Amino acid sequence: MSTALVPEQGTRPVSTALVHDGTAVLGRHLLRIRHAPAITVMTQTMPIVFLLFFGYVFGSALAMPGAEYRSHLVPGLLVATAAGGLMTGMFQAAQDSHRGVMDRFRTMPVSRSAVPLGQALADLVAGAVGTVPLVLVGLAMGWRIEGTAPEALAAFGLLLLFRFATTWVGILLGLASKSEEAAGQLGSATFMLPLLSNAYIPTDNMPGWLRAVAEWNPISAVTTAVRLLFGNAPVPADAAWPVAHPVAGALLWSLGLIALFAPLAVRRYTRG
Amino acid sequence: MTTTYAVLSEGLQKRYGDVHALRGLDLAVPEGSVCGVLGPNGAGKTTAVRVLTTLVKPDAGSALVAGHDVVRDPAGVRKRIAVTGQYASVDGDLTGAENLRLFARLLRAPRARADELLEQFGLAAAAGRPARTYSGGIRRRLDLAASLLVPPRVLFLDEPTTGLDPHSRNGIWDAVRGLASRGTTVLLTTQYLEEADQLADDIVLIDEGRAAQRGTPAELKALVGSYAEVVVAEPSALEAAAAVLDRLTGSAPVLDAERRTVGAVTTDSTLTLPRIVREVDAAGVLVVDASLRPPTLDEVFLRLTDRKELVA
Repeated sequence: MSTALVPEQGTRPVSTALVHDGTAVLGRHLLRIRHAPAITVMTQTMPIVFLLFFGYVFGSALAMPGAEYRSHLVPGLLVATAAGGLMTGMFQAAQDSHRGVMDRFRTMPVSRSAVPLGQALADLVAGAVGTVPLVLVGLAMGWRIEGTAPEALAAFGLLLLFRFATTWVGILLGLASKSEEAAGQLGSATFMLPLLSNAYIPTDNMPGWLRAVAEWNPISAVTTAVRLLFGNAPVPADAAWPVAHPVAGALLWSLGLIALFAPLAVRRYTRG
Repeated sequence: MTTTYAVLSEGLQKRYGDVHALRGLDLAVPEGSVCGVLGPNGAGKTTAVRVLTTLVKPDAGSALVAGHDVVRDPAGVRKRIAVTGQYASVDGDLTGAENLRLFARLLRAPRARADELLEQFGLAAAAGRPARTYSGGIRRRLDLAASLLVPPRVLFLDEPTTGLDPHSRNGIWDAVRGLASRGTTVLLTTQYLEEADQLADDIVLIDEGRAAQRGTPAELKALVGSYAEVVVAEPSALEAAAAVLDRLTGSAPVLDAERRTVGAVTTDSTLTLPRIVREVDAAGVLVVDASLRPPTLDEVFLRLTDRKELVA
């Protein structure tokens, strides 16, 4: 039997262990995305399909001129894509939980936060790379970055932060899911969330209660902030607080979601 | 000499809603031994492994694994164990080599160790393919290899050969024997009595969440007794042969006129086959064939758990 006098093998500061283990898990997810890119590719191509569909089909029927609507739509779809972290986070966490690999991690001397953190970081990388085609298609359709370079960088930064936030929400829901199928159904339903925001359609003409719901949807604050930073659209008049103060609203929403859901997800992972 | 126990549990209880999976399970597995935890589906085997490997907390009771408390010091337990699950717990999207390298990295084992195990477990040819394309046998070998990157003090194998063909099963058995011979403590759950008979030093029979019986395979068999059977030339001689067996074994003989056999259970370890043949012969019965065989573990299991048949 071991004695207390012998230093424990493998004892190291918690933060070092987290970085080491988190990097290993991040590597695992990046390899996995490379080998089985279906879900990642799907969640990154759908927005392009939406962009073309909304931009040319719906756009032709709207009061707003088509070109103006399309440049209005690109930031909305960038945010909707970032919100896709909810779905990818949920799918992956549910898959890992129900196929046994997460149980192996849980029985190994692996830092408790490393497994969900590594997944969230990998999803962030995939999300960042996946944004590129959407930006290119947007540019081809006439969307332009009309603000300054630092503002544009800030817009991309906000998109990534929001992605990171939604992924944590997804990880918690995936870990708590009863089955992969249940997570799949709930995950697919999250496609609806951007519809209840100003990402695709302005909120001004919505009925009062619906407008309130849509403007308190985090996607609306982030979309307004991104439109503002890209110089595409000013802040709409007399909107709810998060939309009226979009950059602060977007930051608060994102950081708030991370502060709430990252610890919950880690706790859920630890409890098994 | 004091015995050190690699696994020691007392009164483990776990309930999932209405299902009382563990109802006070006591286990004591001496260091360096192979313990077979045997029981039908739903007996609580998997729950026991999940509690002992820190995956779930027991509702009551305590357990020490490699000297560390599973509830108070799960991190201490995790450093000293490895688990191979009933469902191959590797990442199906990663190749075999990538899986082992990932786990090696997390365990701070050298990458060369991963490559060594690929070779040792005959996985080199499959190493570049995603694990989800593997057959059950190869997948289970990969799972086992992942458990040996850092030699564990206690290895948990939860139904390691369920669903495998005999060839793959033998491969896993050889690997387990090799580990045991080098001093690794193994706790193995199985529904296959033959598997426990082949591998385990001690067997714990669990039924409805607690240990129903324990002992070495030989002890468990002795508990049930051997089965003496005599085949006679003429059906008319069956009664006479039965009378002899009744006297020798002290248990009620079973007659089978069609097969011309009479058999009886005996727990007398001094009773030998020559003596049975001699005594039946002396009674004027023509003996064609005779046997005295230890019971199979299946018979032991059915007797000791009062089950009509195995739920397998």
